[in-house]
Amino acid sequence: MDTNEHEHVIEVTDLRRVYGGGFEAVRGISFSVGRGEIFALLGTNGAGKTSTVELLEGLARPAGGRVRVLGHDPYEERAAVRPRTGVMLQEGGFPSELTVAETARMWAGCVSGARPEQEALALVGLRKRADIRVKQLSGGERRRLDLALALLGEPEVLFLDEPTTGLDAEGRRDTWELVRALRDGGTTVLLTTHYLEEAEGLADRLAILHDGRIAAAGTPAEVTAGRPSRISFRLPDGYFLGDLPPLGELGVCGHEVDGDVVRLRTRELQRAATGLLVWAEGAQVELRGLDVRSASLEEAFLGIARKQEVAV
Amino acid sequence: MSAVVFGPVGRRLRALARAELTLLGRNRSAVVMALLMPLSLPLSVRPAVDQMDLKAKGLSVGTVMLTAAIGFSFLFAVYTSLVSAYVARREELVLKRLRTGELDDAEILTGTALPAVCLGFAQAVLFGVGCAVLLDAGAPRAPYLTILGLLSGLVLCAALAALTASFTRTTESAQITAAPLVFVSMFGSGIMIPTEFLPDRLASVCELLPLSPAIRLVRGGWTGQLSAYEVLGAVVTALAWTVVAVFAVRRWFRWEPRR
Repeated sequence: MDTNEHEHVIEVTDLRRVYGGGFEAVRGISFSVGRGEIFALLGTNGAGKTSTVELLEGLARPAGGRVRVLGHDPYEERAAVRPRTGVMLQEGGFPSELTVAETARMWAGCVSGARPEQEALALVGLRKRADIRVKQLSGGERRRLDLALALLGEPEVLFLDEPTTGLDAEGRRDTWELVRALRDGGTTVLLTTHYLEEAEGLADRLAILHDGRIAAAGTPAEVTAGRPSRISFRLPDGYFLGDLPPLGELGVCGHEVDGDVVRLRTRELQRAATGLLVWAEGAQVELRGLDVRSASLEEAFLGIARKQEVAV
Repeated sequence: MSAVVFGPVGRRLRALARAELTLLGRNRSAVVMALLMPLSLPLSVRPAVDQMDLKAKGLSVGTVMLTAAIGFSFLFAVYTSLVSAYVARREELVLKRLRTGELDDAEILTGTALPAVCLGFAQAVLFGVGCAVLLDAGAPRAPYLTILGLLSGLVLCAALAALTASFTRTTESAQITAAPLVFVSMFGSGIMIPTEFLPDRLASVCELLPLSPAIRLVRGGWTGQLSAYEVLGAVVTALAWTVVAVFAVRRWFRWEPRR
């Protein structure tokens, strides 16, 4: 067996992808995913998530850098990698005139060691829709069919490109449960998403992509740890920012004023909030719209986007 | 061979071909095109054929009609319908999805082509029997040449269909991008007019067209009139076109829609 696969099932080193027109979609990213881990690539549209995943799936040759999946180059050594991976593309990929069952049968015929089609359809709750043509499925049902086909070969590594886009809340939760169950069974999962709660709740580790680069990476806790918490409220009538206690003493590291709305950023949430509330109590004013929240992936995500805007 | 038929490659090709056959059956315009054109068009050629002095060229109504029918089958049941199929599968991202799996590129293109190629072969057999019985075409004198021509024509049609699909953006425009080869072949490759009736210089150029060798071998196998030299020329030309087409497909085939 391959020597390093027990440590890193997916290894990406300084990966780059350039499209025909010269657009550089992936600009030198590196990360690795261990066996039995759920790894999320998070990013806005156009951040380079799909461009990256397609290189991992072996659909295109990188412009630079290196990809190893289960110890092999997924583009050059297709035959060694494909029987052990399952892929769900971002959209489509099925003839619209075939039924669900016909599509599953076709795909099962192309997979070594496929589980029974009915079993795969049952995993995603599509068994009752087996005789429906693909063109008559809803967007969410199509996503689930795609997931069922990705699972047909009982893959060791699963690539899911935006697996829950178009699903309703229940379908999304079902998919999360299924992905967790697969991980618990030893499957390595790499998924992309632009839903923050999906990455936060599902991923063991994640990387935030921005403009083709990794802007932050680690466990959800690690990524949010370096981020400030936020307090926002409306200034009472007749009061100005200068009427507050000195912000530095409150442990505030940044602030914005938008009309009468004040937003504070702090790494010492309890101290800042206490100072602010004690002041309000003493001044006998009400802080309307008070919102106090600890650092979240959302804050990290917005912070990355904000930093980029400032740089531009 | 048995490894290809019964091994994993055969299993994958069968799965793909089965799905593709289902899709062909559900596409009414493709069915009409594939079944009716090769049957009806030769009949439209019939009045002109009756005017020709076939005996002087060693031909008969039966052999001319037979090659016309097989030629139209190449063009409509195989070539045109496959251009549409490849483009439709690419635009629905089916080809891209298949490439994420275990099939290699050649298997994807072959599996997709199998139903049309088999249909073309079945039509040729039917036409052969039909013309032999109804039009006194008789049995082929050199059947191996007819088979050789048939197989080379079918393979080349599939390869050229993949090549045409490479620069066809939508299934609608497939009607247009497929037209040049259809017309050139109908008039230049001996499908509507036997090349024997073309002026010598034009005929020698037309012999080099993609489907000319296949038609020539099919007809020559039936009449038994081809010299070894002519057979060699036809085989080399057919082989050259196939190599060029396969190379061009490997180089230029588009697996995904343009962004």
